[in-house]
Amino acid sequence: MTKPCFILLLLCAFVSGGGCKKSGGANENEIAIGEFAALTGGTASFGQSSHNGTKLAVDEINAAGGVLGKQVRLFTEDDQSKAGEAATVVRKMISREKIVALLGEVASSRSLEAAPIAQQAKIPMISPASTNPKVTEVGDYIFRICFIDPFQGTVLSKFALKREWKRVAVLTDVKQDYSVGLSQYFIEHFKANGGTIVGEQSYSSGDSDFNAQLTSLKSASPEAILVSGYYTEAGLIARQARQLGVTVPLLGGDGWDSPSLVEVAGKAMEGCFMSNHFSNEDPAPKIQDFVKKYQAKHGQIPDAMAALGYDSAMILADAIKRAGTTDAQPLRDALAKTADFDAVTGKITLDEKRNAQKSAVILTIKDSKFSYVETVAP
Amino acid sequence: MRRYPQIALVIGLVASAVVSFFSDAIDGYALNILILVGINIILAVSLNLVNGHTGQFSLGHAGFMAVGAYVSSSLSLFASEPILKLLGGSGPVANNVFFIFLLIAGGVAAAICGLLVGIPSLRLKGDYLAIVTLGFGEIIRVVFQNTESVGGARGLGGIPQFTTLFWTFAIAIVTIYVIGCMVNSTYGRGFLAVRDDELAAEAMGINTLRYKVVAFVLGAFFAGIAGGLYAHYIQFITPEGFNFLKSIDIVVMVILGGMGSTVGVTVAAIGLTYANELLRDAEQYRMIIFALLLIVLMILRPQGLIGDLKWLRKRKKKTA
Amino acid sequence: MDPSAYFFQQLANGVSLGVIYALIALGYTMVYGVLRFINFAHGDVFMVGSFAAFYFSRWLTPAMGDAHYLLRGTVVLVASMACCALLGVIIEFLAYRPLRSRPRLVVLITAIGVSLLLEYTAQLLFGATPRSFPELIPHENWVNFGGVVITNKQVIVLAITVLLLIGLRLIVMKTKVGLAMRALSLNPTAAALMGVNNNAIIALTFAIGSGLAAAAGVFFGILYPKIDPFMGVIPGIKAFVAAVLGGIGNIPGAALGGILIGVVETLVVGYSSVLGFSAGYRDAVAFVILILILLFRPSGLLGKVEREKV
Repeated sequence: MTKPCFILLLLCAFVSGGGCKKSGGANENEIAIGEFAALTGGTASFGQSSHNGTKLAVDEINAAGGVLGKQVRLFTEDDQSKAGEAATVVRKMISREKIVALLGEVASSRSLEAAPIAQQAKIPMISPASTNPKVTEVGDYIFRICFIDPFQGTVLSKFALKREWKRVAVLTDVKQDYSVGLSQYFIEHFKANGGTIVGEQSYSSGDSDFNAQLTSLKSASPEAILVSGYYTEAGLIARQARQLGVTVPLLGGDGWDSPSLVEVAGKAMEGCFMSNHFSNEDPAPKIQDFVKKYQAKHGQIPDAMAALGYDSAMILADAIKRAGTTDAQPLRDALAKTADFDAVTGKITLDEKRNAQKSAVILTIKDSKFSYVETVAP
Repeated sequence: MRRYPQIALVIGLVASAVVSFFSDAIDGYALNILILVGINIILAVSLNLVNGHTGQFSLGHAGFMAVGAYVSSSLSLFASEPILKLLGGSGPVANNVFFIFLLIAGGVAAAICGLLVGIPSLRLKGDYLAIVTLGFGEIIRVVFQNTESVGGARGLGGIPQFTTLFWTFAIAIVTIYVIGCMVNSTYGRGFLAVRDDELAAEAMGINTLRYKVVAFVLGAFFAGIAGGLYAHYIQFITPEGFNFLKSIDIVVMVILGGMGSTVGVTVAAIGLTYANELLRDAEQYRMIIFALLLIVLMILRPQGLIGDLKWLRKRKKKTA
Repeated sequence: MDPSAYFFQQLANGVSLGVIYALIALGYTMVYGVLRFINFAHGDVFMVGSFAAFYFSRWLTPAMGDAHYLLRGTVVLVASMACCALLGVIIEFLAYRPLRSRPRLVVLITAIGVSLLLEYTAQLLFGATPRSFPELIPHENWVNFGGVVITNKQVIVLAITVLLLIGLRLIVMKTKVGLAMRALSLNPTAAALMGVNNNAIIALTFAIGSGLAAAAGVFFGILYPKIDPFMGVIPGIKAFVAAVLGGIGNIPGAALGGILIGVVETLVVGYSSVLGFSAGYRDAVAFVILILILLFRPSGLLGKVEREKV
């Protein structure tokens, strides 16, 4: 037992740590942009879609000569759909790759995790699809280009009321800020407008058995059930619900948006409804153009996450152009001034809270496909 | 040096202060790793007291880390104003004193949990103790997961970043000092006696339950402090981050380093933290390599790197 | 839905879950019986069973796509069980046999290593994203009475489990091999002296235990069709609690323990609003049971009290 040994060891640790080489980021002629997404894990569909969209945009931008005469270098990190990983990879990109801006994440929980880090480091962060209002409340360097859940919850509630569903049950994923927020805003609006919430149950992302909760909700005889969580569990929930004899339609938010939803649920999701950011059936030329480009590159029809990933990169590039520099403060200010940007998912104007004012669409699942029902303006 | 560990302690503290003075010159990412190294050292050395020196196989250490993390974060997020006012405003001195207070509060809370968990569990042996401590660790995690006021399953964020390189290493050195001195003392021989042969120790008049509980509580205290340091560095904690797999991470450090050897586990903690980061790019293979390492190590050299050979070799399984 | 129908429905849900815990628990208890150690990696064998069934089902569809679902299901089940039995034997041979004479702690750590190895290798091979288990049994409601719904899947799974349990009981009680297993669990040295090939019997125990875990994996996939590389961690721990609850080393005890834990867990969730706490405490139920059992009746419900001799 030699105490000096310890001290020496620790000193070695310091020295070698200090000598740790700084890994290369982008070089002088490139603009380094960081992206963090769930490329694997329980919500891998989100990350892969948004990454595909972002990459498509970056490739387009670079092919057209880049931004401010420099090529864009996209650094992508996988947060594995795990809480805690997002913070680590974002920290790493900021200090190692010296990114000037951050794109991500789709899931509100992971955006909330990374936002304080980006804010503290004064790196502008654009979330493509996080809808929980708390994300942009973290600070003035955090932006989003989608609508927020108070709006989305209201949209769903209005839809339910329009269908004359007065008794609705709610099933929330307590592990996700998105789900908790969406349920909360739906319930607020629904109750305030004459509806009754006949039952509330919860589960955690990663669970497989929902029979107990569904049986409980079934006994309350709802006319519809709000399943405000992500697609992985939603698909299973639908299946188990149908098996238990729960035949009423299910409602969901943009967290359902994934081809996996129908894969997992099979026919159980027929006739259910969800709110989303855009519909790939929309005939608008900008949308169809994007759909064609995406399909050519990836062989699949893009979902909303892909479109938003694409838009987030485009808006960032536009802001860099307008700012004329990649310095933090001017870039942030340019982003904040984004107005009437012609994006795939609509005309995007960022308000004073750095959220986008956009319409939502209601989709239904018919013949195992997402099919357009109606648009709801803010 | 063996005679005057206090001198080593002072040297260590001064060294930490000097190095962290230059911490701005250190690359941000390397700083990140260094702080994690420090935290892991504290975790490994504190678990070593329980697993290595006292021979009680605890698989719930992450639970105590969680308690420390959550309690200290709750205080810094929700009770910072009244306490800072008591300390006279929020200058650098007051902030640091506040931080120490937070850490100790977290440590004490974890120690109390350690007491609550230890007293019933430490009557069990071997495998059963392992599973019960695992169970308690998971219960702690589930409780935090369902406590909305600390964020529940979605985690607690926006924790102020009080942790610095100095604090992390100073506390690591203090931990090594305290535990090292304790085990080497006359009182500390009791721990080793419990480990080597519990029945004989009991027959010699050593209150084995008391020693086991003391080791457990002390281990939990330092784990709680490590949790506080961690939370105030990462600034975002979730119950999932303190689950069974995290406990296993710490156990692996103790095993690799050699249960019962403070030097060994310190080296192992440093080595594994670095290896973790280095292999981050080969993320797919990282844990597979670790798992294989663990298995091979157990088959070929169960005493770890610098472990205490005798007690692992001597105690043969009862066959009849 | 009237309260008694609600209770029966939750009971049915609980039994379905419990049957799976029971099958995994059997493996734990058998291995503990002969080797006196907790095979930490057992929950991951369950996971491998699920994935094996996933891939077998996929490969067999071209050949057996038109066959009746019971036939196809049985083939997939048997194939997965055989695959995992082999895996169990391999693990025993490579990781546990070299450590036969070492302290239990060392073997426990090795078991943890094996568990991590299985999980992360599965993640490497299959990807971390959850997969959708194929529908081996097309859905039909076989009971739909007074609001209580029981599906054909639940009935078939329960029936096959009962058959497996009876089969196991017969093997252990009525065959020479079973006799050898029981002898080994009582006293390995004496058993060896009486002519029992300890190594072979231990390997067989692992094979049977792993086969049962694989069956549990297949049934889990049928009832809750989402599988991922870490799906075995929590059910594995809960099944271990079930084995302890029933009396570790005691085979009927493990089955009973599994069903009890499944039912209690489901009832706790089902009545969580009435009881006043969140359904999120679901996972804690098993651990609380474990702690209570170890404090008040460590030998389990059906177990014998073992005295430690110096």
